[in-house]
Amino acid sequence: MKIDATGGNDVAAADVTPLVQLVAPDGSRVVDDAGAGLRERVARLTTADLRAMYRDMVLTRRFDDEATALQRQGELALYAQSRGQEAAQVGSAHALAPQDYVFPSYREHGVLHVRGVDPVDRLRLYRGEDHGGWDPNEHNVHLYTLVIGSHALHATGYAMGIQRDGLVGTGDAGRDAAVVTYFGDGATSQGDVNEALVFAAVNNAPVVFFCQNNQWAISEPTTKQSRVPIYKRGEGFGVPSVRVDGNDVLACYAVAAEALERAHSGGGPTFVEAYTYRMGAHTTSDDPSRYRDRAEEEHWRRRDPVERLEALLRAEDGWDETWAADLQAEADAYGERLRDGVRALGAPPAETMFDHVYGTEHAQVAAEQKWFREYEAATAGEEVAR
Amino acid sequence: MSSTQTLTFARAITEGLRASLESDDKVMLMGEDIGRLGGVFRVTDGLQKDFGEARVVDTPLAESGILGTAIGLALRGYRPVCEIQFDGFVFPAYDQITTQLAKMRYRSRGRVEVPVVIRIPYGGGIGAVEHHSESPEALFAHTAGLRVVSPATPQDAYDMMRAAIASPDPVLFFEPKGRYWSKADVALGGPVPDGVLDSARVARTGDDVTLVAYGPTVATALKAADALAAEGTSAEVVDLRAISPIDVTAVAESVCRTGRCVVVHEAPSFLGVGAEIAARVSDECFYALEAPVQRVAGFHAPYPVAKLEHEYLPSVDRVLDAVDRALAY
Repeated sequence: MKIDATGGNDVAAADVTPLVQLVAPDGSRVVDDAGAGLRERVARLTTADLRAMYRDMVLTRRFDDEATALQRQGELALYAQSRGQEAAQVGSAHALAPQDYVFPSYREHGVLHVRGVDPVDRLRLYRGEDHGGWDPNEHNVHLYTLVIGSHALHATGYAMGIQRDGLVGTGDAGRDAAVVTYFGDGATSQGDVNEALVFAAVNNAPVVFFCQNNQWAISEPTTKQSRVPIYKRGEGFGVPSVRVDGNDVLACYAVAAEALERAHSGGGPTFVEAYTYRMGAHTTSDDPSRYRDRAEEEHWRRRDPVERLEALLRAEDGWDETWAADLQAEADAYGERLRDGVRALGAPPAETMFDHVYGTEHAQVAAEQKWFREYEAATAGEEVAR
Repeated sequence: MSSTQTLTFARAITEGLRASLESDDKVMLMGEDIGRLGGVFRVTDGLQKDFGEARVVDTPLAESGILGTAIGLALRGYRPVCEIQFDGFVFPAYDQITTQLAKMRYRSRGRVEVPVVIRIPYGGGIGAVEHHSESPEALFAHTAGLRVVSPATPQDAYDMMRAAIASPDPVLFFEPKGRYWSKADVALGGPVPDGVLDSARVARTGDDVTLVAYGPTVATALKAADALAAEGTSAEVVDLRAISPIDVTAVAESVCRTGRCVVVHEAPSFLGVGAEIAARVSDECFYALEAPVQRVAGFHAPYPVAKLEHEYLPSVDRVLDAVDRALAY
């Protein structure tokens, strides 16, 4: 453990809470007694593994930059950036087994990237073209949830289902399953997150509560959410809890792997607070200059998670200029594909608004759909006043 | 195996739950005090003993938690039946029901489904304290994606419960708690009848006026029809059974024939089910109507203290008064 006065907002500046850190901001490995078990987990990672994480973080940031630009060009209605949180998301996602299930909030672009959700599909919601965008069961990633914290309960219930399926503690790493739910510091004030911790604790459910404390819930700092460090909230429910440096991808990976191992083996839930920073705005509609100062942003810019992993790779001879140039080219191609893909998305046919409201016919929907179809046919070709 | 037994309304629901638990091992019950106690109304009596604690689950005392975890279980392939202890306690779960449960299929474009049933003992007349006698069904019927039903007889309670659990859609199952102890013969076993979740039932045929009711007020309407028959007025009683969707065809068929319609429900009249019925009847039966649609319902005041509830609730006399007004046009 390292005592880290990270600075950030008022509380963070005074915050000397122990924090799991395996790589310091300068890219050097942290060696202390407390982190021994976690260091063992990352010691198994090869240079290729670290480069894979770096690649995922770079592409996640490119996704972020492209999506932000697309919103500015009017191609997206809104976008919520993940900039600054790439290590927390990519590191934890790398710890997942294929059979594990993820319940994200709406900013987990790095997690979805690692799980293989198509990048264009990830922007359908923000385009206003779909309320979801992908098949949750294809990559074991549920849809984004916009009602803050609601999905923590879905994750817990899903984990209770895994228990009933007998897929906890089988000892078979290819079968044991768990759930990770992602949410932010603000969500920890929601009743649903607290109820999820109650249900997970009393059921010993295989679920990891992965809280990215990015210091800001739109304009409100964590001091408006809690008077104790966020991870302490988990402890009160009897859930093992830990704060990890959310900008240290290896620490996030190791802590998530440990929590998942606990869940898989029947040890129950874990609460992880990944201490990080929302480098961008809450969404493209937000203006952080109204509520936080540049010095704080600058402080965190020097702790950029992508730069930290680059520093580690360079320090340990994992960096190669040809590889780095290839990755840059890959990111450029990825960006172009994303831009083209999003611009090619149209609007769904109007009548689809009646689809899938119910699984079996519902007379009210059927009657309104029929009326709408006839109205559309009767007014086809006419100029529409809105 | 089918058989006919005389059962209370509550017991008929128990048997519906039991039949579903037996026929599908993904069915499970969740709620407060539903295990060893059997629920405060004993509707789940004996089921935990027979089906175990993993399938009949005593949950923490948190309604949003019950519904939210039920959604997760449903996403994993289970069919949870959640008991809300009393009508007035559903509101902590209102967010999960309306923003999550109702929309899950729609927002996934049909890629996932959440077949959750929510049992809610509702309505008044039992001398209860605050929050224990309310009728919030219209609040849920207003939300697309939910089915809302309320049986009025033990037979329907048994059949509709089995149909609700088998439905791929979320179903709000409103149980008229004042009728829990009424008895009738119930045919058990056999296939679930078609259409019980979305069709009305003519509980009594008649020619002069149509009384539209559901849940607890069907009995009131039938008593009023008896009294009217003694006065020489022939009343038809339509038991809606479902209020989302409403079987407008059945209501209109009756009202276009009788020319008069009185809607009876315990929930407040303002923006309630009766208002929707009145609008639809005016659409479908405009030229056949002899009088405006009358409503007999709760008032736009919070549910009153138990000592006053019989003045608040639709009574036989108030139904007769409304019929008189309709006949006087």
